[in-house]
Amino acid sequence: MITDQDVRYVAALSRIHLREEEVDRLRKNLEDILRYIEKLNQLDVSAVEPTNHVLPLKNVLRPDDARPSLTQEEALSIAVEKSQGAFKVPKVIE
Amino acid sequence: MIFETVIGLEVHLQLRTNTKIFCGCANQFGESPNTRTCPVCLGLPGSLPVFNAKALEYALKTGLALNCEINPQFKFDRKNYFYPDLTKAYQISQFDQPVCRQGELIIPGDGGAAKKIRINRAHLEEDAGKLIHDDARNCSLADYNRAGTPLLEIVTEPDLRSSQEAYEYLRILKLTLSYLDVSDCDMEKGSLRCDANVSIRAPGDAKLGTKTELKNMNSFKAVKAAIDYEVNRQRAVILGGQRVVQETRLWDENKAMTFSMRSKEEAHDYRYFPEPDLPLVTVPEEVVEEMRQTLPELPQAKMERFTQTYGISVYDAGVLAQDRLTAGFFEQCAALYPEAKKICNWLNGDVLKEMNERKITVAASTLQPEDLVDLIRKIEEGAVSQLKAKDVLKIMLDSGKNCSAIIAEQGWGQVSNDEELLKIAQQALADNPATVAQIREGKLSAIGFLVGQAMQKSGGKANPKKIKELIEKNLQAGADGKPF
Repeated sequence: MITDQDVRYVAALSRIHLREEEVDRLRKNLEDILRYIEKLNQLDVSAVEPTNHVLPLKNVLRPDDARPSLTQEEALSIAVEKSQGAFKVPKVIE
Repeated sequence: MIFETVIGLEVHLQLRTNTKIFCGCANQFGESPNTRTCPVCLGLPGSLPVFNAKALEYALKTGLALNCEINPQFKFDRKNYFYPDLTKAYQISQFDQPVCRQGELIIPGDGGAAKKIRINRAHLEEDAGKLIHDDARNCSLADYNRAGTPLLEIVTEPDLRSSQEAYEYLRILKLTLSYLDVSDCDMEKGSLRCDANVSIRAPGDAKLGTKTELKNMNSFKAVKAAIDYEVNRQRAVILGGQRVVQETRLWDENKAMTFSMRSKEEAHDYRYFPEPDLPLVTVPEEVVEEMRQTLPELPQAKMERFTQTYGISVYDAGVLAQDRLTAGFFEQCAALYPEAKKICNWLNGDVLKEMNERKITVAASTLQPEDLVDLIRKIEEGAVSQLKAKDVLKIMLDSGKNCSAIIAEQGWGQVSNDEELLKIAQQALADNPATVAQIREGKLSAIGFLVGQAMQKSGGKANPKKIKELIEKNLQAGADGKPF
């Protein structure tokens, strides 16, 4: 069972601001999703290898060769605010 | 009441690759902010990370040196958290399939005997960017040059029982890593960072006490001091009838105290899930074995071999093994000259002292094994005194000249010529009649003073053994005409 509190907690972790009426709707959505997962859990998958990745790829590695980086100007061109060559962000206390 | 201290350490090691772990940006420090970034390490939409083969090689080398099992197949996971030191709102890390598992490191334990410290895991992840907090403007400035630097996080089991053992673990770990040449291992620069999990319990208790996690120590000494402080704090809490609270505490170097970080409860809900942008990595057994073959001889093995092969003490072997290249220098000397102990005395004594003063290493200096052996031979032949040889070494290091040339140029050839020495000895007697009188009254220890005076007169060049013999002989003979 998902409670309203669970919804608010998950939303807070993802920094999503919910309106009060959204909490109830999302609670029902999440419950549906979990019910579906519960159904999947009933399948016998003991002979199936877990899918860690959807593509049949392995060992995609690159040589340790440096490539040009963006200039400071280019990097900061997407910054909402900047200062002294850095991205300026609201102070966050961890 | 006696408590037992229980410590586990987490070491974050920056790997010294040319480029970052998932992109081709140069892995360099001290650059202007945000000049080593690209769409991947800035987490821009549409960019894809690609794993650096060198980072894998370094992780495997380190794992093998720490006697770890290498996971034949591993994946990366996303560790989700919101903090501006990472732009993606997650860190690419490893959760349940770390690259290395179940290793061990042997350290000198508190009892003096060798102690095995189990390593739970070593996993790869990306470093975060650097934030500078600006209190006045109530903002933070983010520099992402460091974001994406390859990190290997090495986690021990809670096997350490004192701050001293924690210190020894870090010392031996750093020494081992320096042989592998995979990291700078400089705590002050942040290329090696260490968090300590500390708890205390009644001896014999099977259950671990509640732990606190200590962060923000920037030297091995600080790690030791922070643990000592924390153990005392926890003792006081328990003896005061309260419970230790599980929390993260920051070490304040100036106040020499730990402080609660008071982080939000939800901060540790990382919601790991497999990183869909990076495919699986497999490490076949042949690759592991191949890598094992490339490992250099590690410090412990080197020390044992040195004591057995060269007959030097465990202590001497230990000092030599502190630096892989110095140890190599020693072996080159030992191939040229049979008395390993003499070579060792010079290397661990005057050579080390002069190197430290010049802030260089033996490998970085102009000194060649042949030069040191040459110098030792010159002393043996009596061509230069032990005392002057130290000055010869200094000039050798500064000028790169060979020792014969220096001895000749400086006129430091040891005087072993009897006639000259006799003159010097007699002069010493003539200059110090009071001392001569004392000796004749039976104060024989004063002979040493006369030898010293004579040596000084000769500018350190006289053969001290011969001078002493001559002075004694002349005192007996009454060189000044009087009977002894």
